[in-house]
Amino acid sequence: MNFDDSVKYQKSHEWARKDGDLVVVGISDYAQDSLGDVVFVELPEVGATLKQGESFGVVESVKSASDLFMPVGGEIAEVNDSLSDTPETVNESPFGDGWMIKIKPTDVSEYDSLMSAADYEEYTKTLEEE
Amino acid sequence: MAEDLRQTALYSWHRNHGARMGPFAGWDMPLQYETGAIAEHRAVREQAGIFDISHMGQVEVSGPDAVSFLDYTLTNDILGLPEGLSTYCLMCRPDGGVLDDVFVYRLPDRFYVVVNAGNIDKDEAWLRAVAAGEAAPVDSAGGSPGGGRSAGGFDVRITNKSWDTSMFALQGPQALEVFERAAGHGAADIERFAIREDRIAGADCLVSRTGYTGEDGVEIYMDNGAAAGVWEALRDAGSFLPDGLLPIGLAARDSLRFEPGFALYGHELDEDTTPIEARLKWACELERPFAGRDALLAQIESGVSKKLATIRMIDRAMLREGYEVRSPEGTSIGRVVTGMYSPTLEWYYGNVFVTPAYAKTGAELDIVVRGRTRRAEVVKRPLYRPAYRS
Repeated sequence: MNFDDSVKYQKSHEWARKDGDLVVVGISDYAQDSLGDVVFVELPEVGATLKQGESFGVVESVKSASDLFMPVGGEIAEVNDSLSDTPETVNESPFGDGWMIKIKPTDVSEYDSLMSAADYEEYTKTLEEE
Repeated sequence: MAEDLRQTALYSWHRNHGARMGPFAGWDMPLQYETGAIAEHRAVREQAGIFDISHMGQVEVSGPDAVSFLDYTLTNDILGLPEGLSTYCLMCRPDGGVLDDVFVYRLPDRFYVVVNAGNIDKDEAWLRAVAAGEAAPVDSAGGSPGGGRSAGGFDVRITNKSWDTSMFALQGPQALEVFERAAGHGAADIERFAIREDRIAGADCLVSRTGYTGEDGVEIYMDNGAAAGVWEALRDAGSFLPDGLLPIGLAARDSLRFEPGFALYGHELDEDTTPIEARLKWACELERPFAGRDALLAQIESGVSKKLATIRMIDRAMLREGYEVRSPEGTSIGRVVTGMYSPTLEWYYGNVFVTPAYAKTGAELDIVVRGRTRRAEVVKRPLYRPAYRS
């Protein structure tokens, strides 16, 4: 299991990474492993503005559907359209080619409130114990 | 929750081999292994795989009236079922609602009825009630059943073997070769739908040339105590395959049964659905009396109010059970009962029950997916034509 420490995380298993003025978002390796084979990804329209914690899309695996939540609020600047044809990229490269959206954040301080890789890893251990 | 679930004899094996376990019909079952459900699906289509399906139930029926009893209780012809063969049947209430879909195997001294895991207790109770003359009395079938029948019921012995029996499915184009290596003899004498007693790894078992995947293969039944040894013997026998003999979980079992159009009880079938509505008239021998026949004949005469259809998404969307189906004009016309990503066709499909006018190939429908409508079309069944070795 990879807990990439170049990104930050939130409890709903999205990661976020600063990229210039934008924040890139995807789902964690833990999340893709829990979901199993991803077969469908639905992402928002470019230009939409969503608040932190709002749903920006859905990722569906063979057996389940999960909402995707904004780790920071802002405008959707870019979406990874290639995931509609190759959703399995989310399994193969969750922190790389499997990225989902790029956000132009309204309030950069929201990024700082996200969890570090170490804290997120600790958090996932508490889920295993349930 | 987990402590209330039943475990198969191979529970520890699954846990030790990377299975993701989940509840299914009261059992803690392997849903998928490390390779993932899609790779497992492809392994069965292209090579072979082995399934622990010990959650399935087995009920033995014997005694003087066994033939007439099952012939009356089930929708297909049991009188004419030759010894050593099997047939697919529905078990219906007098109103035609489906209690279960079952495979019936005729052995020299008894019948072996394989039932769905979630229906084991219900089916046993129903069979005992019919045998006692307390449910679906024979008069309700509009004629006396063939063969002998004792007054007030049927003289049969019903034995529920489900809790003591393990069951595996070995399926795929190379499944028979794996079986032959494990059993030490050819499979050519086990014709399609046949069943016979056999020995694998020194253990007595029943072997039938049946399955639920659209591929050739066998299903194997044995006492729980023999299960681990037989499983290992089959895995060893399959070691010649490029990836070995992969274990297959219930997620891939679902997509493998969906593509060739096999029903899954609780989805395409339930007590509020008749075989006619579920396109299973072919499994009903309507020329003879059986429980539910009059209702089915009446429904054929009057027409059904809902019908099963397989749909292909035109818009890109994954379907889930329970989604509403609408006509292109916006009228609610039915529900999704199975939503599936087809690994073979690499696209999104589903089964729906809709008003009959929309259950025709080429009909366009809208599915309500998270508040938005997505266009789909009814397609010809099956999506995958079964491939069996002659």
